[in-house]
Amino acid sequence: MTQQEQTPLTWNHWDEPEGEWMLPGECPVRTNRTLLLEMAARLLFPTVLVFSVYLLVVGHYAPGGGFAGGLVAGLAFVLRYIAGGGAEGAEIGTRLNLRPPLLVGLGLLLAVIAAFAPVAFGRPVLASAKYSADVPVLGHVDLVSSLVLDVGVYLLIIGVVLDLLRSLGSGIERDARESRP
Amino acid sequence: MTTLVTLPVLLPILGAALTVIGSRSARLQRLIGIAVLAVVSAVAAVLLVVADRSGPIVAELGGWPAPVGIVLVADRLSALLLLISTLVTLAVLVYAIDQRITDYGRDTASTTFHPIFLLLSTGVSLAYLTGDLFSLFVAFEIMLAASYVLITRRTNASRIRSGMTYVIISLTSSLLFLTTIALVYAATGTVNLADLSARVAVLPPGLQTLLACMTIVTFGIKAAMVPLHFWLPDSYPNAPAPVTALFAGLLTKVGIYALLRTQTLVFPQDRPSALLLVLAALTMLVGALGALAQNDLNRLLSFLLVSHIGFMLFGLAVFDAAGVAGTALYVVHHITVQATLFLVSGLITRRTGTVAIDQMGGLAQRAPFLAVLFAVPALTLAGIPPTSGFVAKLALLQAGAAAGLSTALVAGVVIVASLLTLYAMVRVWIRVFWGTEKEPLPDADPADELVVGTAATSRPMYAATAGLVAVSLAIAAAAGPLSSVAGRAGVDLTDRLPYVTAVLR
Repeated sequence: MTQQEQTPLTWNHWDEPEGEWMLPGECPVRTNRTLLLEMAARLLFPTVLVFSVYLLVVGHYAPGGGFAGGLVAGLAFVLRYIAGGGAEGAEIGTRLNLRPPLLVGLGLLLAVIAAFAPVAFGRPVLASAKYSADVPVLGHVDLVSSLVLDVGVYLLIIGVVLDLLRSLGSGIERDARESRP
Repeated sequence: MTTLVTLPVLLPILGAALTVIGSRSARLQRLIGIAVLAVVSAVAAVLLVVADRSGPIVAELGGWPAPVGIVLVADRLSALLLLISTLVTLAVLVYAIDQRITDYGRDTASTTFHPIFLLLSTGVSLAYLTGDLFSLFVAFEIMLAASYVLITRRTNASRIRSGMTYVIISLTSSLLFLTTIALVYAATGTVNLADLSARVAVLPPGLQTLLACMTIVTFGIKAAMVPLHFWLPDSYPNAPAPVTALFAGLLTKVGIYALLRTQTLVFPQDRPSALLLVLAALTMLVGALGALAQNDLNRLLSFLLVSHIGFMLFGLAVFDAAGVAGTALYVVHHITVQATLFLVSGLITRRTGTVAIDQMGGLAQRAPFLAVLFAVPALTLAGIPPTSGFVAKLALLQAGAAAGLSTALVAGVVIVASLLTLYAMVRVWIRVFWGTEKEPLPDADPADELVVGTAATSRPMYAATAGLVAVSLAIAAAAGPLSSVAGRAGVDLTDRLPYVTAVLR
């Protein structure tokens, strides 16, 4: 341990991007902005979010679920981030005054509560109940109580993606900007 | 009662969620962590009493019965190991909090340490309790993913280097584990352990041997069995003392537990296993001899850890109720004592500013209490009567001597390895605690959170270590009831019927 500490920490910057592969928020060079991508991201963002909620809800009987839905929602944020850089996607948590770890914690908490809730009704841990209803527009709807657990997973995954964007995306960019002479 | 079985798995997750949400307050995080682990310890104690009185307690998750659903099973062995593991985790947490590696400074909380620490505890609990091969894989992954964070957290170049070894080796063994599960499922159509015990028995013998060997290799890597041990002395010593103590105390032992469970339940044998006997003897000798060559205190302890994995393998290799009971007892003893020794090593380093044995000296005069804290677990590890190490080794030796010539020979190796352990410990004692007093070295890296080279050590670090020493003394004092519980656990494991009937009903 002691010998290695004498060598200078040259490894420190090996993972820094060569040139910036994600456009920063305040674009110093105007030509680096891609208007096409920015417009596309603006159109796609709400659509992808709606699709992610769809995946979350149908997940019990069809392909989808909290994990898949959360990833798709996370991708919507990734798209905004790539198009707009730090000013859009990565800072979204800051704008909502919500730190990504909080989202992770809330998701986890919701999932654990959903796991314990059946015990209050005298059922085993993680048991699931089903509610059916006829809703005017949507038609016949089957909802299961394990959807709550899926919502927890959904939040958790979005939190993880946002945290990755914050630490690995804008964090690396910031380090690159600061270390540049 | 069945809900109680799920608590050791779910409560730490709940704690992890709360510590992330409450990550503004370091004090709140500490309270949650300690409270959760204390409750889980109490639950584990209740589980042990109930499982010992009235047989395995089975929780069917979501109400789906085995083998379709996932079950959590607390039998004597898993409840016993769960109890001791949680107690050790609690002591390590208290030590870590007081060493101030859990947050930034005293009052600025971090979002990583406490949640990750509690998730590691979830993984360990799930590994002990699960009745299902795939959930065992999930448990290992939770545990390993958490350990990757802990071993590389707030790091420097040398820790990254050793962390990489650890991560790559662990991922390789996980891949192998997954392959094994796929093969087992392809051959039998189930991953439930109780169900497997009947279905594997009707497979062709060659296939059985292949699957058994694959599980031995997979868990052998995790348990650091020679020749798959090389990663351990390279990676563990570089982490902060409490993290190393936790890894050394628990993670390798979970590998041993998985080996014990799968070999006795799924691949039972009616005579001692020659392969495991050879591996056990090699592990004992290579580890003990390796320890003699070390100058770094943590590396020395890591090699001794490898050596003592061999002791536990030996009990399993005997493959009868007495041998398995000896292993169970040895795991209980070793979890406590190995964690204690690493915590003491952390205290020594804090006092002397170094891990190099030849840079220390005369500590017995300057820190007599520390000397006592080292001497007790050191003698326990070597197995001097009347410590818990002696009780556990006696159980192993009796089992080995009773089972035939080959096991009696390896029992001789047990004695040799114990003497080598004693020799290594005496060497450390003479060089570190006797001799001329040396001035503590200055902190090599004053910028990081590990403060070393100071006599100013706050009480809870000593209290946590002393608590673990007390636990190991309590194990020795309660040797009678404990070895009878371990004996009943051994009979359960070799008989297999109590477990299988409880799970499959």
